[in-house]
Amino acid sequence: MAFLQLDALSKAFGPHKAVDGLTLGVEKGEFVSLLGPSGCGKTTTLQMIAGFVEPSGGAIRLEGKDLLAVKPAKRGLGIVFQSYALFPHMSVAENVAFGLEMQGVAKAERAKRVAETLGLVGLGAFAARFPRQLSGGQQQRVALARALVIRPQILLLDEPLSNLDAKLREEMQIELRQIQRTVGTTTILVTHDQAEAMALSDRIVVMNQGRAEQIAPPHEAYERPATPFVANFLGKTNLIDGKAVRPERIEFASSGLAGTVRTRIFQGNHWLYQVETASGLLTVIRQNAGGTMPEEGASVHLAWAAP
Amino acid sequence: MKAMPYLLVLPALVLFAAVVIVPLAMTVALSFHDWGQYKGIEPVFILKNWREVLEDSYYYEVFGRTFRIAALVTLLSAVFGAPEAYILNRMKSPWRGFFLLVILGPLLISVVARTLGWALLFGGNSGLVNKALMSAGLISAPIPFMFTETGMVVALAHVLMPYMVLSVWAALQRLDPQIENAAVALGAGPLTVLRRIVLPQAMPGILAGAVIVFSLAASAFATPAIIGGRRLKVASTLAYDEFLNTLNWPLGATVAVILLVVLATLVIVANRLVERRYAQVFG
Ligand SMILES: Nc1ncnc2c1ncn2[C@@H]1O[C@H](COP(=O)(O)OP(=O)(O)OP(=O)(O)O)[C@@H](O)[C@H]1O
Ligand SMILES: [Mg+2]
Repeated sequence: MAFLQLDALSKAFGPHKAVDGLTLGVEKGEFVSLLGPSGCGKTTTLQMIAGFVEPSGGAIRLEGKDLLAVKPAKRGLGIVFQSYALFPHMSVAENVAFGLEMQGVAKAERAKRVAETLGLVGLGAFAARFPRQLSGGQQQRVALARALVIRPQILLLDEPLSNLDAKLREEMQIELRQIQRTVGTTTILVTHDQAEAMALSDRIVVMNQGRAEQIAPPHEAYERPATPFVANFLGKTNLIDGKAVRPERIEFASSGLAGTVRTRIFQGNHWLYQVETASGLLTVIRQNAGGTMPEEGASVHLAWAAP
Repeated sequence: MKAMPYLLVLPALVLFAAVVIVPLAMTVALSFHDWGQYKGIEPVFILKNWREVLEDSYYYEVFGRTFRIAALVTLLSAVFGAPEAYILNRMKSPWRGFFLLVILGPLLISVVARTLGWALLFGGNSGLVNKALMSAGLISAPIPFMFTETGMVVALAHVLMPYMVLSVWAALQRLDPQIENAAVALGAGPLTVLRRIVLPQAMPGILAGAVIVFSLAASAFATPAIIGGRRLKVASTLAYDEFLNTLNWPLGATVAVILLVVLATLVIVANRLVERRYAQVFG
């Protein structure tokens, strides 16, 4: 049995099933992402693990023991909320120290671990500030430090990066992955950003309407999507004769499926084409290698390896 | 162009001056005038009234009572009002509206009717509650209510409670419910969450409510007048009596000015404290 095991976990709000029979095993030290569109039940799943939402069916086991019988305050999980939920009336150091205080860790040890953890997230110089006086990215790292400092068995992250701008988000993704590798904490990340899930996770759980459509490593889910939903959700995809073909797998060739370039968009490191063919409008992505590329209105032939 | 903003505030400024500043200045001036039983008010500048108020222990007693009552009312309304606001904030939609109405109820009823209601419940031997308690054998003599400070405190706390509840509620509404969950996840029990997480965040609301309740309690007139009568005077009923019964307007003005200065100072100091303490935290 896995370290953390969700068994046919369900939650119904009235007649509406927010989570519908989700089964998932998370190994120790693993980084798993729950990925899916808005309203598919990601937060509800996380809140059930945390203990703030009571499941209407199924079981959650941690190291084989029933987690549902344990009060939320005793589960010892580290949680980073989407809104950060920092304590506004406490300084950064006090925020991070709170969990240790609740565990009854002695003052000297507390100070040491707070300093250590703040160093880990790169906020050593900000210990005396209040949350209000920090940027969004810094607040997010305080929330992360607050969750990490108690050395939780499992780290739960609910869209922790969604409030950040693109550049900061990318930096934080790298930092998050590094920290997780260093500390080795089992981590469950909730996100609706497929790039983020693929960049960070050992495995992703693609969710749709409360169910897991596919549970697999990112590369496998991308290359061999189990359902059309997964194929569509994990990046652009063309449906040719009932088969999903990724746009970057299609090449311009001297022979093959004939078509006409409808639109051509330059996107820096690649070109994005829409090509009108007998199989419909296909999306083609070509790396920008510096050479000349077919122009709009040009007649082209498309070829791809069978998926 | 630069004069435009000043021109725009001019009408409001004139109105403010006419209805607030001028009467206030006149009251202050009045407190330095002389008065005699037969000669009436003489517009001269003397310190007689001020000396009388500041030297006679009777006035100290009245002011002492005024601020003691106001302090107790503030304490009572904080002790009951803050938890009330917390519970209200946690209620679901239809109930919340209903109980909000219940809490605001005292404000919707005339102060005279409400105070007389208290008098009917507790007034002497014939008061309903006293009668019931005595016939149940729980007390042997009626609980004194009329003409007591206790009575004034209870009646004032009842009517001023809504200000505290609304003020704390406004503070609590800005609170992210996930913050409490965050504390729970870190291992805090319900009492710790209340004491360490909710209360500190509600504190600006409690302090703001306290300033409002204290000022209103210290300057309240109708309730102390009905419950305290002429026997148990507070600053406002004292000033009223000087104005309308003794006709010693200058002395009444002195009492009124002292009350005003104390309250204004208090509000300003409290505001400063709150701002200094919370500006950086809550912005
Ligand atoms: N307390 C609640 N009462 C009723 N319905 C709820 C409640 N909480 C969530 N739901 C419903 O359950 C479904 C799943 O909600 P959930 O918050 O888990 O979605 P999510 O996947 O986290 O979405 P998002 O990406 O928008 O955060 C939604 O349809 C939502 O409306
Ligand atoms: Mg969510």
